[in-house]
Amino acid sequence: MSSEVLKNVVVRRSTKVSRVFTVILVPVLLVLLSAPHWGSRGTISLMVEFFCYLAISQMWNLLAGFAGVVSLGQHAFIGLGGYMLFLLTIVFGIHPLLALVLAGIICAIVSLPVAGLVFRLQGAYLAIGTWVIAEIFRLAFFKVSILGGGSGISLPVEIADSIDIPPLGRDGVLYLAALILCILANFGAYAMLCSRGGLGVKAIRDNEGAARSCGIDNVRMKLIVYVASALGTGLVGALIYLNEFYIAPTAAFDINWTSYMIFIVVIGGIGTLEGPIVGTIVFFVLREYLSSLGSWYLIILGALAIAIMLKMPEGIWGALGMRFDIHVFPTRRRLVLDKGGESDVHPHGGAGEVTA
Amino acid sequence: MNVVLDTIIQGILLGALYGLFAAGLSLVFGIMRLINVAHGDFIVLAAFLALLIQQVLHITSPFAALAVLIPLMFIMGYILQRVILNPTLGKSILRPVLVTFGLSVIIQNGLLEGFSADSQKLQAGQFAVQSIPLSHGLAVGLFPLTTLIVCVAVIALLQWVMYHTKLGRAFRATSDDQVTASLMGVNWRNLFSIATGITMATVAIAGVFMGIRTGFGPSAGPDQLIFSFEAVIIGGLGSLWGTLIGGILLGVAQSIGARISTDSMLLAGHLAFLVVLMVRPNGLFPRRGD
Repeated sequence: MSSEVLKNVVVRRSTKVSRVFTVILVPVLLVLLSAPHWGSRGTISLMVEFFCYLAISQMWNLLAGFAGVVSLGQHAFIGLGGYMLFLLTIVFGIHPLLALVLAGIICAIVSLPVAGLVFRLQGAYLAIGTWVIAEIFRLAFFKVSILGGGSGISLPVEIADSIDIPPLGRDGVLYLAALILCILANFGAYAMLCSRGGLGVKAIRDNEGAARSCGIDNVRMKLIVYVASALGTGLVGALIYLNEFYIAPTAAFDINWTSYMIFIVVIGGIGTLEGPIVGTIVFFVLREYLSSLGSWYLIILGALAIAIMLKMPEGIWGALGMRFDIHVFPTRRRLVLDKGGESDVHPHGGAGEVTA
Repeated sequence: MNVVLDTIIQGILLGALYGLFAAGLSLVFGIMRLINVAHGDFIVLAAFLALLIQQVLHITSPFAALAVLIPLMFIMGYILQRVILNPTLGKSILRPVLVTFGLSVIIQNGLLEGFSADSQKLQAGQFAVQSIPLSHGLAVGLFPLTTLIVCVAVIALLQWVMYHTKLGRAFRATSDDQVTASLMGVNWRNLFSIATGITMATVAIAGVFMGIRTGFGPSAGPDQLIFSFEAVIIGGLGSLWGTLIGGILLGVAQSIGARISTDSMLLAGHLAFLVVLMVRPNGLFPRRGD
């Protein structure tokens, strides 16, 4: 191959769509930031929930979809984050917003020894191992009488009121916190995947043996992602329970938290950053129309997730993104012929594209 | 001293039930390196089906219901593997884990819809409460003792199938090297489906014994999955007798925990599991070559 051709090839990550998206991102964020001024109370509280679900789903996606660590026990960190918020505010008198950050950090610290244990299990067994850990947390908090044991504990009114900071008010502060956490989760995951380490993480997912032979420390990479996702999930857990005023072990360590993350990510598209966003929208729309069906709602969600896993494992966004080559958060590096234009070597993947 | 002995005996008998839960899980892991996340929910489903069979056919003994339940569960397992699980198998464990997780949610909510959230129990009459007195005031229940005997029989049978039959040879060959086994004319799709069918047959037995021993509701599945899983990991992956011992150790740990305080029972079992994971991550009796 002549070197002249090679000179014209550049490695590029951004796509047309992603550049357009970057431009419209700023006004979108401004609209979202100003929501407390125009949104009704119901809208704001729905959006808080939306941001929380999106953030924890993105964390699960980072873990399972990119690092290949399929955890069924992420609800451990929802509950732990919530409980740490209550512990830090009630017992130690720390301001809730500071306690929220600390609760996330505690989750990240706790996730280290947890990873040391569950990473001894392989693949599918790791999945159940993480679930056992969440069970242990749940049973352990039954025994912590200072936090109400099995019957749970309420957040005292003066603590709940201490985030009523003018001019935002309590709802505004919670909304802003949820929005910031959601942005951090999404862009944090994006930044992580675009980094050198992120390339390694994806290499491990695609072929662990080959990645290791290139000198990637797979255990360390998986550990970093696991801790990062515990941090994000714990922060959101703390926020959810700051919003709820009351925490009890059975609801805080409910497997349903993890079920929702999984359904959202699988339906939207596992292993893409856009997938959880699509998945969360679908999840909320379905909930709006189907939640009156009670347990049938969960049966439908489960069946939908199975059908997608069997027939369309890349999910809604994965299928669309692949078909039309749209990437809002492009994490792949591709080789592009640099003729000043936009001529990809192989727009639909294949030999010419470095799919990393 | 009597208290200690009694705690251990009760623990062993409880552990036999866990061994029965876990036998099928262990078998499937040994052959397919797969875990069915809905395993516990299938145990609960089997118990509900036993209840239904009793009502429809007017059978008083839940054991007699097994005559219908075992073949029914075998067929269900065969179809499940053939239609839903085989297509998910591949290099990544993501799809089988998530598909069986989805099944777990569907079974739990389906049972809730069909049978309500009420706790049910299978009635075995006098048999469930009779006990055999041992010396020094100790006694063992007739039913828990039967559970132990049945558990040993089921595992012995599975062991015999695995190591002394043509089918077992095909299982082991496929487990060792799927491609080469296929070249020798082994149809892995059919073989895996038979394996899941056999697993579901053991699940039928496990479901009936669980239903007689404890009350069960639609959401009891995850607990049974976790007990089965812990028994398999403590015993060592791929070893059927190891799974029985794993179940027994789990039962003894829970029994000791329950002696300390009732709410420590499950926690003590989980801690025993963590200790084994810390000290011997491959379990106590791992199959060689794994």
